[in-house]
Amino acid sequence: MSEIKQTFNSSLGKKLIMALTGLFLCTFIIVHVGGNLLLFSNDNGFGFNVYANFLTHFPPIEVIAYILYLSIVVHALYALIITVKNRKSRPVGYAVQPKADASWSSKNMGLLGSILFLFIVIHMGDFWFKYHNDKQMGFKEYRTDLATGKTTDAVYTPVQEDFSHSVSVENNVEIVRVKDLHARVVVAFSQWWYVLFYVIAMGALSFHLLHGFQSAFRTLGWVHRKYTPIVYAIGTWFFAVIIPLLFAAMPVYYFFMHKG
Amino acid sequence: MNGNMNLTLKVWRQKNAQTSGKFVTYKAEAISPDMSFLEMLDVVNEGLTHKGDEPINFDHDCREGICGMCSLYINGHPHGPKRGVTTCQLHMRTFHDGETITIEPWRASAFPVVKDLAVDRSAFDRIQQAGGYVSVNTGVSTDGNAIPIPKVIADEAFNSATCIGCGACVAACKNASAMLFVSAKVTQLGLLPQGQPERYSRVQSMVAQMDEEGFGSCTNTGACEAECPKEIKLTNIARMNNDFFSAKLFREEGVHDAKH
Repeated sequence: MSEIKQTFNSSLGKKLIMALTGLFLCTFIIVHVGGNLLLFSNDNGFGFNVYANFLTHFPPIEVIAYILYLSIVVHALYALIITVKNRKSRPVGYAVQPKADASWSSKNMGLLGSILFLFIVIHMGDFWFKYHNDKQMGFKEYRTDLATGKTTDAVYTPVQEDFSHSVSVENNVEIVRVKDLHARVVVAFSQWWYVLFYVIAMGALSFHLLHGFQSAFRTLGWVHRKYTPIVYAIGTWFFAVIIPLLFAAMPVYYFFMHKG
Repeated sequence: MNGNMNLTLKVWRQKNAQTSGKFVTYKAEAISPDMSFLEMLDVVNEGLTHKGDEPINFDHDCREGICGMCSLYINGHPHGPKRGVTTCQLHMRTFHDGETITIEPWRASAFPVVKDLAVDRSAFDRIQQAGGYVSVNTGVSTDGNAIPIPKVIADEAFNSATCIGCGACVAACKNASAMLFVSAKVTQLGLLPQGQPERYSRVQSMVAQMDEEGFGSCTNTGACEAECPKEIKLTNIARMNNDFFSAKLFREEGVHDAKH
């Protein structure tokens, strides 16, 4: 046991924890951006609300969700511990700032990470916390005519106090009643400053992953003449360009769509 | 003489490790562009000695770029602005007439200032002593060509072996990390057949000593690689991480006892 403790307390062991939690969070955002593409489906939140309901009521996902929260906390905590240690390694700084050829994002991971942590706290407070705790959050009822495939929606007021969701079929009409998280999205993304904050945070995500994704592979020791260029390409184009752009498009799209 | 330069030097002066230092400005006049940086300091020191002042203390030895003794953090670059050279191989033609040059010592808690620009780099010696060697039995010397070594492996090992242990990597790193130095030593010995028996114990003891000395962690910014006078590659760090983690997590570390 003490040997394992020793491994993870070493400078390399702490970086291993950073790399593993970081890569796990990278896989999470793929799922997160994929699911949230339902926001673009223009169905008054039918797909999105059903998806949100699935995520919060499917036990394996609930287990993974807690591993996810833990990863975020551990990643941030270790970043703090490592940064404090690194600062102690150079108690007296230079008069002339180092001009070495190193990418901006690699030198500012702490700043970018802090922006992201603040974002995650606000983001989860507005959506995750309200979804789980806010008694005010309403329900919506989606009626789909199975013959024509047409869906209509209406606000639903639950009869029982502890109602969570229901799916039933009456007279060839499918009735789905779920919490209306979509309405919360519409309200949140109607404020310009909120949209701006989201876009800035996604900029931080982009630069954080531009360095972070490939750096994690280096920390794990997975560098290879043939595969490292592929890791760089994925880290740059997929994690630092496509994913942040898709995420940032969501608040921007809702802001302009629900304006006029 | 024609074409000579007049320079302003801002030099860190510090009596010893116990006192705090400060910058002192000196004029370096009639400096030939063909002088090395150290020769320019020699000229300044001669002037100081003539005036009865304490000459500027700096480390130097071979003055041909192979001993690793010279240091100096010049205008934001360890070993000055030119790539792939040590301070002794840096010529004054790199600078222009009338320029102000700021000269600082290596800054790291593991490299305490001895006097002025000279720092104590014995931390590197202790890391080296912890495992940076190959144990060879005495007796008849074997033919060097008896063990076939692939050209790629030999080249990688020899490239890493060019590390002169000057500490520019530590000086350049924002975390004052010694990972490039330690990984060069680990690679140089760990890749060759003669270094195999101690490969996994070596990486563990050298990393343990590195942590003990108080160097920072690696953020994979690559500043060390950019500033290294011997152009040691960042890939060595990944290779060292790989060896370290496989040693810690997967290798047999001791002989099995009855229970396990």
